[in-house]
Amino acid sequence: MKTSAGAARRGAWRGRAGLAQAETSVRSGKRLRFASSDILIGLAGIALVFLVLCALFPSWIAPYSPTEMNTAAILQAPSAAHLFGTDYFGRDVFSLIVHGTRDSLLIGASSVIVGVLIGATLGSVAGYVGGRLDAVIMRVMDVLLTVPGILLALTIAAALGPGLRNIVLAIAISSVPGYARVMRGQIMAIRGRGYVFASRAIGAKPSFILTKHVLPNSAAPLLVMATLGLGSSILAGAGLSFLGLGVLKEIPDWGALLSQGRGYLTVAWWICTFPGLAITLFVLSINLIGDRWRDAVDPKRKGRA
Amino acid sequence: MIQAIGSRLFSSLLVIVGSLALVFCIFYLLPGDPVLSMVDPTTVSPEVVENLREQLGLNRPFHERLLAYFGDMLTGDFGRSLVGSEPVLPKILHQVPSTLLLTAASALVAIVVGVTLGVLSAVRKGGIIDLLARIVGLFGISMPTFWSGILLILIFSVQLKWLPAMGSDGFETLILPALALGFVGAGSIVRMVRGSMLDVLNEPFVTTLRAKGLRERLIQIKHVLRNALIPAVTLIGMQIGDMLAGTVIIETVFSRQGIGRILADAIMAKDLPVVQGIVFFTAIVYVGINLLVDLSYAAIDPRIRRKGART
Repeated sequence: MKTSAGAARRGAWRGRAGLAQAETSVRSGKRLRFASSDILIGLAGIALVFLVLCALFPSWIAPYSPTEMNTAAILQAPSAAHLFGTDYFGRDVFSLIVHGTRDSLLIGASSVIVGVLIGATLGSVAGYVGGRLDAVIMRVMDVLLTVPGILLALTIAAALGPGLRNIVLAIAISSVPGYARVMRGQIMAIRGRGYVFASRAIGAKPSFILTKHVLPNSAAPLLVMATLGLGSSILAGAGLSFLGLGVLKEIPDWGALLSQGRGYLTVAWWICTFPGLAITLFVLSINLIGDRWRDAVDPKRKGRA
Repeated sequence: MIQAIGSRLFSSLLVIVGSLALVFCIFYLLPGDPVLSMVDPTTVSPEVVENLREQLGLNRPFHERLLAYFGDMLTGDFGRSLVGSEPVLPKILHQVPSTLLLTAASALVAIVVGVTLGVLSAVRKGGIIDLLARIVGLFGISMPTFWSGILLILIFSVQLKWLPAMGSDGFETLILPALALGFVGAGSIVRMVRGSMLDVLNEPFVTTLRAKGLRERLIQIKHVLRNALIPAVTLIGMQIGDMLAGTVIIETVFSRQGIGRILADAIMAKDLPVVQGIVFFTAIVYVGINLLVDLSYAAIDPRIRRKGART
């Protein structure tokens, strides 16, 4: 009896649809959902802080030296002594991952910074100046967009050769068109706002308007995009070094570590599994925080969370 | 309509020419001497190096080289591989079917999983499917393809021994790479479809339809999904291009034949004509897909059809 009444009530809810459903989800679900997503964001923050610490002070955190080869402990499965096991040289995989954090983070962060700087400059110039310059810049961006990002980065990295600087440049250039487009759109939208007209009417210089009004108001979407872009840059960097275009050093970064472990898949699952987990954890944390930030900045997305 | 298609075709052609020039410029502007990567300067006399340069036309000015390059492309001459000195075009064309098959299978996985989960999660917001959709969405965009590929190999080949880890013959070898590559696309598509479905569900016309007493299922499929599909289709087009590019990594992970694998090898060997050829081919497919996407807008949205063209 009780269940059928419940079913009927649910049916009624569904019948009344829209408003009723929206109300219940706000009333009953809101507090709980906020709590669980806050925990997630907290965990993501802790993971990020830990990874940054790994990048800054690897030798404090890693129990072994990443170059120390121990012939007595080759290809050992994860244990208390070796948390993530050892590789075919007897190196401790956990220590290798900790020491590989710096390059992975460096590649991701620098390519985003370079990409945003170039993209935002081109986008603001195109959006603010307009006219023929705008057309030229944006057509070049369109052409850059016709080659998928990873392929463009690969091509540039192949032409430049391996190395940290070249990888950063390759990933940065392939991300420029995205940032330029967003920035241009923002600038064009804000250029037409009332306060810009007002500022112009009282005789403000274009450079003043650009730096005091237009840029601060257009920064938020670009920063959110850059945060999410950090995740994809780290993925791209790992992909490039997986293919052998990475920073060729004694201490491998995560992508290179994974690629080295591929030959031992059948005997040592841990060599490939843990570096991949580190990449995923890192990018996942960044994306969680980026998503939350975007929802906060963009009022249109409020209803989605 | 025909005029609109014509103008889209023309601008696509321009974009392809642009991307050709782009690839050429990357190799022209960036440092690195292709001749020196072909021969070792310490063992070969400078005259030989100079001769080779002359032979390849590398000592001519930029515009002459660019024009010669376009001319060669028009006549179907993509040059010869610097490694095996075989012609590039047949080498690529021979491997294209395998890569296109993988791309199509991955796209199928991405679209089916992405659109289904996206729609269901928006309709049942806050439910279990919604949670699943969010997990797929977040992990899809956060996991590197090579790692998801390796995990699939570890689980289904090494542990369970259900599916082969490598090779390119038969349907079984297609499943794991398509899942690995498709999962990334599914992640982005879920996020996009869910978001745009929720946006459309909040539109006033949905309230009107409900007020008219239409069945919820009918509203969701016929009205909301169709309106939510336009941004999703744009993204799907871009995702297919990314999946095509992603075969570089996935074909390496699964030791599959295909142009992605050739590209990875060519990059390691600095075999520039092969790299150029493959990037050019990918750009053509990418532009072709985007053209189809633009045309599909008209099929989805009658408003665009009536206007004739979407510029």
